Amino acid sequence: MLKPKLIVDGKRLDGRAFDELRPIKIEADVLKRADGSCYIEMGKNKVLAAVYGPRELHPRHLQDPSKAIIRYRYNMAAFSVEERRRPGPDRRSIEISKVSKEVFEAVIMKELFPRSAIDIFVEVLQADAGSRAAGINAASVALIDAGIPVKGIVTSVAVAKVDGQLVLDPMKEEDYYGEADLPIAFLIRNGKIESITLLQMDGRMTKDEIKRVIELAKKGVMEIYRLQRDAIMRKFMVEEDEG
Amino acid sequence: MRKIVLPGDLVATNSKVAGQGTYVENGKVYAKYLGLLDKDETQVRVIPLKGKYIPTAGDMVVGITKEVTANGWFVNINSPYQAFLPLMENPEYKSNKKPNEVLDIGDAIIARVLNVDPNMKVTLTMKDKMCHPIRLGRIVAINPARVPRVIGKKGSMIKMLKNELGIQIVVGQNGLIWLNGDAKKISIVEEAIYMIEEEAHTEGLTDRVAEFIKRRKGDVEAKTNS
Repeated sequence: MLKPKLIVDGKRLDGRAFDELRPIKIEADVLKRADGSCYIEMGKNKVLAAVYGPRELHPRHLQDPSKAIIRYRYNMAAFSVEERRRPGPDRRSIEISKVSKEVFEAVIMKELFPRSAIDIFVEVLQADAGSRAAGINAASVALIDAGIPVKGIVTSVAVAKVDGQLVLDPMKEEDYYGEADLPIAFLIRNGKIESITLLQMDGRMTKDEIKRVIELAKKGVMEIYRLQRDAIMRKFMVEEDEG
Repeated sequence: MRKIVLPGDLVATNSKVAGQGTYVENGKVYAKYLGLLDKDETQVRVIPLKGKYIPTAGDMVVGITKEVTANGWFVNINSPYQAFLPLMENPEYKSNKKPNEVLDIGDAIIARVLNVDPNMKVTLTMKDKMCHPIRLGRIVAINPARVPRVIGKKGSMIKMLKNELGIQIVVGQNGLIWLNGDAKKISIVEEAIYMIEEEAHTEGLTDRVAEFIKRRKGDVEAKTNS
């Protein structure tokens, strides 16, 4: 198939500016049986995250006597993409699970819960580029909702290069036909970006472009951070008003 | 009303005041979990809104026996960590009895946490006048983070519940609550406890619960009279 023009008259295919996110909707505490949960929509991505724990870990040889272990499962539903996806983990979802797990290893205070496990499940119900970022954003809210001690809030977004232009939060067409795609996650504490907890890339970019990508991502991430906070606050404010 | 804080929110700039629910980095104090901010001159605390029960020595807990061994019982205390009750810590145990004749799988007990070692191995004891096996009554489970509200300031809530209805209540720190007495009255208290759990972080809760109980008591009496 011929590559379509991705940027027309300085606008993207869906009419967004280069540094504009897709519409985001976040809701915390959506599952009764999970200790913490979150539902997020980032554009056409629909992702559900559930957190369990800290809980007893079996079999015992997996236990770590000095800290909790973290398990992260990123999974795409069979109906999440246009062509039916074969259920079960594949090479891609195993990789995403691994890197996402490492994001949270760095922010959860694991030492407080020796010999236990913290389980994070991320289910992608509908995918449209940037689903790992959406999953990380949802998991971060779900962890806080579960009352698990963390250093701050993790927020993630992707930046792509399409038609030579850097664009924030690419959608499927931009991801598919673009020259490069760079998902990135930050630890945000007290409204300030503290560190980068995930950085991947496929395609090529110059050193200068990477610097600009990070600046662009920082801007996008702060918007998402506010929405994540709102989602949790909203949930607990409602509870207070009932009284 | 207390402010809700999220993990990573800056709660103080003096590391000396750091209390429960906070962590210090570079001399600054941050919240470590979702909770309500409780701040005064000497201490800054974050009161958790959610979370699992993590045992500490001295806690009173309600547990259910999960396994019987030759040296004692493994007890589920509604926590990530299973607890162990050694034979010698159960005053009902006599050397001519088998452990499963004293406590069997599924039996509930009220016990005290004797010790928690650095590996989170929890030991229980029943050598305490409050402790005994549970043979009667009802066990109600709530979010462990809401237990302090069920007890109330210096036990005010629990005293009120006991005085109003004259039933036995033991609140386990692990979120399991044992109720014993007249079945109708227990049902009222159970409802009241769920109400406390639901509205844990609101003001004037004790008064509202007292009112609720009076109303429910009236309902029950009206029904029995008619």
